[in-house]
Amino acid sequence: MEMDDAAAVARVRSGDKDTFRLLVERHSQTIFRLAFRMMENEQDAEEVVQETFLRAYRALDGFESRANFGTWIYRIALNRCYDLLAQRKSRPTTQPQEDRDAPPAVDQIPTKNPSPERSLLSQEIEVRVRSAMEQLTTGERIAFVLRHYEGRSIEEIARALNVRPGLAKNRVHRAVKKLRQELQPLRTFR
Amino acid sequence: MKHLSDDQLLLDHYDDGDDIEVADRHLTSCAECRSRLAAIEEGLKLVVAPSIPERGPDYGSEVWNRIRAELPELTPRQHWWLAIPRWTWAGAVAVLLVGVFLLGRYSSQKQSPINEATNAGTTTASPAQQVRERVLLLAVGDHLDRTQMLLMELSHASEPGEIDISGQRQRAVELANANRLYRTTAQNVGDPSIVTLLDELERVLLQLGHQPSRLTARDLKRIQDSIQSQGILFKVRVVRVNVRKESAQRSRTASSQKRGQTT
Repeated sequence: MEMDDAAAVARVRSGDKDTFRLLVERHSQTIFRLAFRMMENEQDAEEVVQETFLRAYRALDGFESRANFGTWIYRIALNRCYDLLAQRKSRPTTQPQEDRDAPPAVDQIPTKNPSPERSLLSQEIEVRVRSAMEQLTTGERIAFVLRHYEGRSIEEIARALNVRPGLAKNRVHRAVKKLRQELQPLRTFR
Repeated sequence: MKHLSDDQLLLDHYDDGDDIEVADRHLTSCAECRSRLAAIEEGLKLVVAPSIPERGPDYGSEVWNRIRAELPELTPRQHWWLAIPRWTWAGAVAVLLVGVFLLGRYSSQKQSPINEATNAGTTTASPAQQVRERVLLLAVGDHLDRTQMLLMELSHASEPGEIDISGQRQRAVELANANRLYRTTAQNVGDPSIVTLLDELERVLLQLGHQPSRLTARDLKRIQDSIQSQGILFKVRVVRVNVRKESAQRSRTASSQKRGQTT
């Protein structure tokens, strides 16, 4: 029978380091998906995944046995994303010009056989959306991504960020307001 | 007719909030709000989730191989007390101290009538009682040191954006629990200045303990203003100094009494 998370945590705590592998294998994909959605960058997402598991391992003593390991590690990953996004915001953009001009790694507006004009418009939208996301505060961005991309409820967001539900709701709403303002010019072209 | 606010429309879009049914009913009869909701949804449609790069079935193993060398060896837990979180020890010590203090106090009240008669008319506490009071003073002094450190940390914290106070919040909860016990004991001993301060401190610590772990600069400022306006740090400092003095004085007296007895 496969060992559940709680049993695996207990084994690791008793000194069996290699059992941590089981937890890493079980939760890596989820953490990567979350990290990529937050960071929109593969390299940063990988860094978040790695850091998250390292931090979790070191903090395993503080993990309450009654808690859910998946929820706990999700929160560690969110905190790491938060820190990285805040760092990214506080330092000037050093991204080379050619990278910024390259098509972003976000979904194209789904169309079959898009015309060159349509492709161009999609790219323009993506660049604008990415730039609009950069205008959000770290807290707004995280709350918005959790609500809009991850489909989490306000209550879940509040719990994950350890804030009051009212504050989580405000962050989502402020984010939407800012995004709508930033993207307003595009709506006339659609 | 009162129209729905943008916030209400957004809650409706995300199916959040308690008033969804009311909002839905309004939307069926209000073309203006329907059109505003459509505009919000149109705008949000542009924000498409980034497509996530594929990670193969061996991704977990890859991550494990990358981090394995960096994981330190954990010392196996052999004793049950190692499973107790470190912070609970502070509370446990407070409980133990207060328990011993009260027990001693209770048992000293049940002394024999001969002793009662001997002690009648004197205001001097028994040696055992003096020791207990000295221990309590020392413990309260340490408690005030820790509390002062926490309040100073928060008073001097400054971040341009949000600040993570989860560590301070946890400490505030522990200190509030210990504070309650010290206050109860100080009430029994009858030291009004310490009781008043501990009472005030408890409110501040509980307030800190109920804060979210991340604070905006504005929320932090609000807390800092509250600490400052109550002059709580100053009061802690004054009582702490007095407690330390009193404790040192009592230790000196106890030592000289002991020397007197031996000579």
